[in-house]
Amino acid sequence: MTPPTQTASNLTEAHSFPGKLIIVEGVDGSGKSTQLLLLRKWLESRGFHVFFTEWNSSALVRYATKQGKKRKTLTPTTFSLLHATDFASRFYHDILPPLKAGMLVLADRYVFTAFARDTVRGVSPQWVRKLYDFAVRPDMSFYFQVPIDMAIDRLLAGTRAELKYYEAGMDLGLSPDVVQSFRLFQSQITMEYDKMIDEYGLIKMDATRSIEEQQDQMRQLVMKALEHYKPKRGTYGKRTLFWRRFDIS
Amino acid sequence: MESGRFFGDGLTYLDPADLKGKLIAIEGTDGVGRSTHIEMLQEWLEVQGYGVLTTGWTRSNLMSKTIEAAKQGNILDRWSFSLLYATDFADRLEHQIIPALRSGFVVLADRYIYTAFARDAARGGDGRWIRDVFGFALVPDLVCYLRLDVETLALRVLESHGMNYWESGMDVKLGADLYDSFKKYQTLLIDEFDKMAEEYHFVVVDARKSPDDIQDILRAKIGPVLQTGEHVPPKAKASLEVGQDPAVSIETATSPSSS
Repeated sequence: MTPPTQTASNLTEAHSFPGKLIIVEGVDGSGKSTQLLLLRKWLESRGFHVFFTEWNSSALVRYATKQGKKRKTLTPTTFSLLHATDFASRFYHDILPPLKAGMLVLADRYVFTAFARDTVRGVSPQWVRKLYDFAVRPDMSFYFQVPIDMAIDRLLAGTRAELKYYEAGMDLGLSPDVVQSFRLFQSQITMEYDKMIDEYGLIKMDATRSIEEQQDQMRQLVMKALEHYKPKRGTYGKRTLFWRRFDIS
Repeated sequence: MESGRFFGDGLTYLDPADLKGKLIAIEGTDGVGRSTHIEMLQEWLEVQGYGVLTTGWTRSNLMSKTIEAAKQGNILDRWSFSLLYATDFADRLEHQIIPALRSGFVVLADRYIYTAFARDAARGGDGRWIRDVFGFALVPDLVCYLRLDVETLALRVLESHGMNYWESGMDVKLGADLYDSFKKYQTLLIDEFDKMAEEYHFVVVDARKSPDDIQDILRAKIGPVLQTGEHVPPKAKASLEVGQDPAVSIETATSPSSS
C-alpha cells in the first residue's frame, strides 16, 4: 500500500494526484446532497466517469456504530474515532485510487464535518485535525450556508419529516426538545464551519437561493476548475446511461 | 495516578489529576507470556487487598466483534487498521480504565498504545500520526516490556499454537511464506519496541527467563510504584491467620517481599 506522498500537512496543501476531488459541506438540511447529485448528473451527461462517496457509509464500522448508538455508550472520543475509521476505509478504497488514476471523485461531506461536529461534541480541535491528517485537501470544497430555521423547515417538511437523535445532538443534553436541541447543536456546528472557511479555503454557497440558481453557480465554478483537466477513462466515450446524453451547458 | 497526564492532546472533558489508582502496562510481542503473568500479578495484588482491573487489547464491548470481522476480511489499510484499535482502546479507556482508576484500582493493561505504535511502524507509518491519534491515552505509571528475541519467539509460537496470518503480518507481505514473514514482521516489531523502550523508559524484562523469575522481577518493579502517592495498601495479611485462606498462604510463600 502506498500512502499519499505528501507528508507535511496534507489538508492545507494541494494534492499532486492527476484526479480531482470535489466535496460538499454544510449542516443537515442545507441542500448540499441535492446539489451534489445534480452536479453528478451533469458531469456524467458530459461523459465523465464520476466516483461518489458519502459520510459514514463504509461497511467496516457500521455494526459498531449502530450498537454504540443504540446502547448510548458512545463518548465524544469513540464517536469521533468510529467516523475516522469509516473515513479511512473509504479514503483508501474509494477516494485515493480514482484520484491517483486521474478520475473525478465527489464526496458528500468530508473531514470538515468531523472537525465541526466532533469539536462541538467536546474533543480537542487540534486532536481531530491530526486524526485526519492522512486525507488530502479537496480541489473544491463547497460550503452551503443556510439559517438554522430554514434547515429545520426543510427537514421537517421533507421526505424524512423528523430530526434524527444524533443529527440533533440529543446525546449532548442541550435541550430535551429535539427541535431546540437541533437548533443549538447545529448553530454551534455552523460556527465551527465558519472558522474553517479561511483555514481550508471553503467556497461559500448561499443555500437560501433556489436549487437551480445554486446549481448554475456550482456548475460554472466546476467547469472553470476543470478547464485544464484531462479526464482519463478505460472505456472510450461510454456514457453511463443513454438518457443522460443531453447537452446541457 | 500520582501525576496523571495524557500522552498528547487529551480528553478535554476529563482532568487526569483526579485519578487515584495506578496504571501498569505489560507490553511485548505475541507469545511472550503476557496474559499468564497478568493473571499471576492480579492474584498477587488481590491477595494484598488491591482492587484490580485487567484490560486487554481488542476486548472492548464496542469494537471486539468488528475487529474480528475486519480481520477475517483481510482488507485493512494502515489507517483503518490503526483506527479500529484506537476506537477499541478509547472505549476501554473511558468505560473501564478511567472509572477504575478513579475508584483507586490498580489497572493491569495487557498491551497498551505502544503495541499500536509498533504495528503502525511495521506497516510503514512514520510514527507521528499514530502518536497523535493516541494523544487521548493516559501515560501509564509503569510499562513492563517482556522482551524475546525473534529466534526464541519463532520456536515458542510454533511449539504452542503455530503461526497465524496476523502474527506473521501477512497483510504487509514481507516474506514468501508464513515463517519468513513471521520472522521479518516480528523483527520489525521488536526493533520498534526496543526504540520505544529507551524513549519511554520501559522496564525491560528478558522473557527467556523462567516464568517464576519473570514474575519475581515484575513484582519487584510494580511494588514500589504502588507505594507512591495517596493510596495506602490495606493490611490484608495482618488480619488473616496464615492457612485460613489457601490462596493467601500460597501467595505469602512465593511473594518476593517474604522471600
